[in-house]
Amino acid sequence: MAKHDLKIDIRTSPYIRKAPTVAQIMRNVVYALLPLVFYSVYHFGISALALILITTLSCIATEQFFCWMSHKKSTINDFSAVITGLLLAMTLPPGFPLWMGAVAGFTAIAMGKTLFGGLGFNVFNPALVGRAFIQAAFPVSITTWTPALATDRFVEFIPSTLALPFMKPLPTAEWSVQVAIDGFTGATPLALMKFQGIITDSYDLFLGNTAGSTGETSTLLILVCGAYLVYKKMLDWRIPAAVIIGTVISAELFYFIDPAKYPSPAFMLLSGGLMFAAVFMASDMVASPVTPLGIFVFGCLVGFLTVIIRLFGGLTEAVMYAILFGNAATPIIETYTQPRIYGARKKPQDKS
Amino acid sequence: MNLLKLFGKKSFPHGIHPDEYKAETNAKITRRLPFAPEIIVPLAQSIGLPAKAIVFRGQHVARGEVIAEADGFMSVPIHAPVTGTIKEIDIASTAKGGKQPAIIITTSLSSGQRVHDSGECNDFLQMSREELVKAVQNTGLVGLGGAAFPTHVKMAIPDNRSIHTVLVNGCECEPFLTTDHRVMLEKIDNLILGIRIAMRTVDAPKAVIGIEDNKLNVLTAIKPYLPDDGTITIEAVETKYPQGAEKMLAYSLLGIEIPSGGLPSEVGLAVFNVATLAELGALLPAKQGLIERIITITGDGVKKPGNYLAPIGTPVRFLLEFAEFIGDEAELILGGPMMGMPTRSLDVPITKGTGALLVLDKRATKRDDILPCIKCTQCLQACPINLNPSELGLLAAKRQYDVMEEQYHLNDCFECGCCSYVCPSNIPLVQYFRIAKTLNRERHLQDG
Repeated sequence: MAKHDLKIDIRTSPYIRKAPTVAQIMRNVVYALLPLVFYSVYHFGISALALILITTLSCIATEQFFCWMSHKKSTINDFSAVITGLLLAMTLPPGFPLWMGAVAGFTAIAMGKTLFGGLGFNVFNPALVGRAFIQAAFPVSITTWTPALATDRFVEFIPSTLALPFMKPLPTAEWSVQVAIDGFTGATPLALMKFQGIITDSYDLFLGNTAGSTGETSTLLILVCGAYLVYKKMLDWRIPAAVIIGTVISAELFYFIDPAKYPSPAFMLLSGGLMFAAVFMASDMVASPVTPLGIFVFGCLVGFLTVIIRLFGGLTEAVMYAILFGNAATPIIETYTQPRIYGARKKPQDKS
Repeated sequence: MNLLKLFGKKSFPHGIHPDEYKAETNAKITRRLPFAPEIIVPLAQSIGLPAKAIVFRGQHVARGEVIAEADGFMSVPIHAPVTGTIKEIDIASTAKGGKQPAIIITTSLSSGQRVHDSGECNDFLQMSREELVKAVQNTGLVGLGGAAFPTHVKMAIPDNRSIHTVLVNGCECEPFLTTDHRVMLEKIDNLILGIRIAMRTVDAPKAVIGIEDNKLNVLTAIKPYLPDDGTITIEAVETKYPQGAEKMLAYSLLGIEIPSGGLPSEVGLAVFNVATLAELGALLPAKQGLIERIITITGDGVKKPGNYLAPIGTPVRFLLEFAEFIGDEAELILGGPMMGMPTRSLDVPITKGTGALLVLDKRATKRDDILPCIKCTQCLQACPINLNPSELGLLAAKRQYDVMEEQYHLNDCFECGCCSYVCPSNIPLVQYFRIAKTLNRERHLQDG
């Protein structure tokens, strides 16, 4: 060893690290969403595939565009825009016009994420911001449901899918009746419950044999995909668990009061994309609390609001608003739920 | 609620499980290193005031002789690590950063390097507690686990407090480090004697040795030496970082929390590292001073990793040559990989608190871009004292250091580094907290 040829790099401890990178976490969330994507394409055909591709590409393009606009290094490699695109598509009806899907993707990234300063700073789940926007902008298209497992779904688009930009999509009611395997009502289980008082069988809901958004359908598959992420330690299981607990308790309360009027907790849990929202939407790391008690409060709040909005609100898209509300309440929840530290004294001034 | 307790494994909540890297050195018997031609003895080696030099240039000193005396109670004397001549008393680079006053000794080649013998000895059984504290101070002992807190200060328990248990910390939870492990296998007699002296000094009826369950051979080795009356026991706790922090060990072994901002004596505990007590057992009865310590030299960058007994003040360069340093770019750390100090120069000496010299390969520590916090809660789930590092990190980025201290318990952070270890965004959290604490301290000084 020569005397002065050592170059020494100075840093402070710790010198070792072991953590998945942000990109690895995001990529794994994408992997976990892929089975749901395949299942929904199987269910709804090429229209769903086209919609998923369009929203995802729209999200990526928007992110790239704003990075370019603000002269920042491109952040599309962290895969968070891909997740937003996939999540967004999963919440839309399969026959949703593609151009509206592109608008939704743009809004999600532009208003839900970039506006706040990009990944890590968004107050709300970007995908839900996008959906909330188009819910207001295109109220008809977003509540037009088409049947699953249509006969020609792999060769033929749902008529509304290919609507030209700024054009009204073709009505699908007639088409739906033609392609449906058995009697199709054009309503989701939630709408049936709300407006016609029909409760769909829980078992059908669990397996996903119902009408609904692109990704909300199979509870079983959602749980399996969520379990993969929990196993990889990339999903905080406490959030879905708390949402489920909040929903079940609130629903049970009403069901107990009047079982004839209010649906059972099982129905509440398995319908309307609640499972999807609990596992993939509410658990958005950035927009949910970090404190242990806060996570529980947040989840229960989301569950409770979902039930209230579903039962007493004018709309059926309860989970989305419940989560957005929960996101907004996150800072205040965190303020009041700071963890008790080791060796905490009863009174702060009680120092000897 | 600690689930592990239900299964009978003693531990604390949170923490991390880093790879241990201990297998390379934990079975290697401690070897004595030769004396470096020049020894640099910094006057400030412990927490508290630096020692005052009492030697002059050109003076001949014998190994073990006092060369700097304690400056008041919060200070310890320093003994000559080698027989030789005082070259000069000057400022020298130290591991702490800037240059500090140090006594530089040229090692005598002709001397046999026998330890200076005063011919006296301490009969600790006949000594009062005050005399014992004084005798401990005279050994120059400080916490050898890394903190370098003067041992006698810990032993001077205020009259209004009584100690029920001496906690003997043999966890050594930092990866790579194996010095305590070797001490517990090689110096059991000294350790038990040291524990007895400590128990007497703090007037504690019992002592518990806590080890991590990756050192179970220590358990079988020590058990035969324990007294039959059960006053000294040994227990294994879960292998987990930072189990060796006194707060964590107190909770794991006894379920006691040391109050925030308080000392262990507040809840009837006195905590000492095993190596410290082993030295105490060796030094105090013989009325000698601390002149050498065991140090683990390991990492990817050395060909001969092992545990070495080295005189205090041996320059890092000498140690590295001995352990056959390889590679041209390396990261040198005095201490463990989680809490150790980086070295600024190869000429810095090891001091009383240096437990390891780690040469990490560059690849193991490659730098990545810092990304925004995604609030994944990993840091909250790693923090052993249940802080909110995520929020603290965001506040640090905004330089709201006062808020960090007043509302988010910044001063309870003991800088174990778990949060930085698990952060997917590569945020240097604990590094931020160190800066925040330093600036707060300065601000408080200015405010008076």
